[in-house]
Amino acid sequence: MEELLKNYQSVAEEHAIHWIKVGQTDDFPENAGACVKYNAKQIAVYHFTRTNSWYACQNLCPHKMEMVLSRGMTGDSQGIPKVACPLHKKTFSLEDGSNLNGEEYSIATYPVRIQEGNVYIGFAD
Amino acid sequence: MKKVIVIGNGMVGYKFCEKLASHPLRDQFEITVFGEESRPAYDRVHLSEYFTLDSADKLLLAAREWYAENGITLRTGEMITDIETETKRVFTHKHDYFEYDYLVLATGSSCFVPNIKGVDKPGVFIYRTIEDLDAIKDYAQKLKHEGKYKASVLGGGLLGLEAANAAKELGMQTEVIEFAPRLMPRQLDKAASNMLQTKIESLGMKIHLGKNSQEIVGEGGIEKINFTDETSLYTDMLIISAGIRPRDELAVKSGLKTGERGGVYVNNKMETSDPAIYAIGEVALYNNGIYGLVAPGYEMAGVAVDQITGGEKLMSPSIDMSTQLKLVGTEVASFGDPFIENDEVTAIVYENKQRGVYKRINIAKDGSKLLGGIMVGDSSDYNTLFQLYINAMKLPENPEDLILGSRGGESKSALGSVLDLPDTAQICSCEAVSKGTICDSITSGACCSFKDVVKSTKASSSCGGCKPMVTDLVKETLKSMGQEVKETICEHFEYSRQEMYDLVKLHSIMDFDEALDRHGKGHGCETCKPVLASIFASIYMETANRQAPIQDSNDRFLANIQRNGTYSVVPRVPGGEITPEKLMVLGQVAKKYDLYTKITGGQRIDLFGAQLHELPMIWKELIDAGFESGHAYGKSLRTVKSCVGSTWCRYGLHDSVSFAIRIEERYKGLRSPHKLKGGVSGCIRECAEARGKDFGVIAVEGGWNLFVCGNGGATPKHAILLAEKLDDETCIKYLDRFLVYYIRTAAPLQRTAPWLDKLEGGIEYLKKVIVEDSLGIGEELEAEMEELVQRYACEWKEAIEDPQMMKRFKPFVNSDETDESLVFVPMRDQKMPRPW
Repeated sequence: MEELLKNYQSVAEEHAIHWIKVGQTDDFPENAGACVKYNAKQIAVYHFTRTNSWYACQNLCPHKMEMVLSRGMTGDSQGIPKVACPLHKKTFSLEDGSNLNGEEYSIATYPVRIQEGNVYIGFAD
Repeated sequence: MKKVIVIGNGMVGYKFCEKLASHPLRDQFEITVFGEESRPAYDRVHLSEYFTLDSADKLLLAAREWYAENGITLRTGEMITDIETETKRVFTHKHDYFEYDYLVLATGSSCFVPNIKGVDKPGVFIYRTIEDLDAIKDYAQKLKHEGKYKASVLGGGLLGLEAANAAKELGMQTEVIEFAPRLMPRQLDKAASNMLQTKIESLGMKIHLGKNSQEIVGEGGIEKINFTDETSLYTDMLIISAGIRPRDELAVKSGLKTGERGGVYVNNKMETSDPAIYAIGEVALYNNGIYGLVAPGYEMAGVAVDQITGGEKLMSPSIDMSTQLKLVGTEVASFGDPFIENDEVTAIVYENKQRGVYKRINIAKDGSKLLGGIMVGDSSDYNTLFQLYINAMKLPENPEDLILGSRGGESKSALGSVLDLPDTAQICSCEAVSKGTICDSITSGACCSFKDVVKSTKASSSCGGCKPMVTDLVKETLKSMGQEVKETICEHFEYSRQEMYDLVKLHSIMDFDEALDRHGKGHGCETCKPVLASIFASIYMETANRQAPIQDSNDRFLANIQRNGTYSVVPRVPGGEITPEKLMVLGQVAKKYDLYTKITGGQRIDLFGAQLHELPMIWKELIDAGFESGHAYGKSLRTVKSCVGSTWCRYGLHDSVSFAIRIEERYKGLRSPHKLKGGVSGCIRECAEARGKDFGVIAVEGGWNLFVCGNGGATPKHAILLAEKLDDETCIKYLDRFLVYYIRTAAPLQRTAPWLDKLEGGIEYLKKVIVEDSLGIGEELEAEMEELVQRYACEWKEAIEDPQMMKRFKPFVNSDETDESLVFVPMRDQKMPRPW
């Protein structure tokens, strides 16, 4: 199980080496999540229309190690964009992946770029 | 730096560490704790919940890391065998020694094992630690494989009944043996004991009182217990939970002063006969007594910390043994002197055998104050009565109102306002937090919500029994400061659900974004989105498809997410009536998609293990066969359960199935603040368990009786009679009015029973609104329901017919693959998710 987690390490925008095209903007729901696949990784992608911001993070919820975060509800807490896991409502910041319920585990986040209507996610591997 | 050694890492030992660790002078102390169990301190009060938890870690008071983070050396699995008081050293069983400046004995107690012949036979257990529970569980499992199901518990006190509940949870047929002529002899009088006994026996547990065990007999393991009255009881296992004995052996060995019947003597500073050694918790003999409750133990821990850090805090001169708890599902409370009987005292007793409630209060003859009391079956008045007693407050003119409620006129709490309590009134007895401390935390500006108060004062953080009172105090204090306390939905909407409902309706707000623009801020969150979704659904009868992203995630995918992220599918089976043909379709679909199948409590069939992308295919087949969504995933009408009724049953008075189907068809798809369940029974035998539902209809001579606001679950409530002997049409009319009224006015996720609890005027007021139409809104409510009924559409049918909606069931945007990471394991010819 822990192995699974190692597969996901946050990538800062400036460290992204590969920008992978994962679809067109209208393939993704507004103000909700959808999942994409990159090699062995499952990545959740969210489009916040009110600020027209895009976020990406691991689909794996580190609480019970299930591939579910893309199906969680999105929103913000004190202005921090977040996702709530559909299993137990654990919430994570989509900016830095930190847990907003004050628990230990956090998630990996990835940079997103939009170019000519296409969605790209940045990876370091 | 002074060295503090704590022997014992139980609840009180932990509390000592917690208090010393957060003390301003903490840096002057080096703390080492020895615990003989392998785990760090855990919550023994809730030990019986261990069987229902998936991990013992959930009972831990603090994780092992907590000790490290707070600079406390925790040595578990190590036993102190000697104390050398002259050199101030303790020795472990490994012959290591440690020096101390202060030594704290928090060794607690062990289970009292009576000296009965054969008590060492296999199958005899004690009930004290997690290891004991594991041993009990393993043995019970083994017995069940051998077809043996009989367990007995020795001890009908508080601890004994806890153990009995645990045995029952393990699926054993449990009997309780008590030496005294009544249950909980320290807390209850005979009448209260009788009431508790009736309640417990109605759950299938047998009670034997006044039994003195003589011998445990059996070839190999235990087979039966012989009593001194020459009767005996056959049993396959015995759990002893008949009291505690202080663990004072170390103190005795070291020459500390101990009591004749055990316990380490302490003064009101918690000092033992050696001033460098303190004793706290169940091992301490204070005022000639041993106190087996958490609250006095915590107080002792506080006193010891204060003394060691140079303070002057002393233990209260008298220890309050009041207690409120739930035993075998029954509320029991006892406070002050529950038994007191003399010329100066009058007892007022209320007994209702039908409801299984017994209450007794002992008041001074002149009616001036409350001296003690007992409650069985309903302890909701406990907090109020306890405050009146502990603060010696003036009683109302008719003291019987305290347990009967005020009859006639406005119902009002006997306490008046919580703010009338003296500042010294102890609100949280576990953490010893007074009313003054709570109010000050608010008036000083440090706290401005219940959450803040709990965090800063620790009130209500332990057993939670005082939570309602703390909530009221916070509310009233804020109010007194001129701050309106509003139950707002969340940080994004400064309105209550009811206010948002009115705003959406008044301004014809059509979607979530518009609601945010006009009345909210930010992006919304997982709290306000489903609330607004429910409001839109109630006002416009829109299905979960139109604004999928704001639906709770189950509603977004129109299915119930399960452990491994797969879903379960529950088609509607109105009234639980299904043809063989349709039943076969369910079987075929389950087989085709390899789904785990189970009958639900609501007379439907649940198909588990469907992957996201399979949901539309499964529903296509179900819809083609005539099924509709069962809305099992939504805060909406679930099922209307029925018994078979007069068409087949020889007792049935009316056709309950037909009526249940009619009601379920009428309200299907109706979204509400929380889930809604109904039931229809064909006679008073009540086989549909209609009174355990939000609305229940029961056939009687001359029509239907309509009950409302019941539920099962964690806090079961029987539904209450709203109207009698109704014909079909009137019954539906009242149901229409009731449901719309509830949907309009309830708080988010508030089921009908708590809604009624909070409704000013209670059931009498509700009767006026619904039956007498006192507000003149009857027709409006009916019309609203009629419109909702007309607009019903099956949301699964909508979803599979619209390619745009179907997109959300695709597992990956950039690939047609399915999620291959899912793992199932076999179980009894079916499958289940790989366990966590």
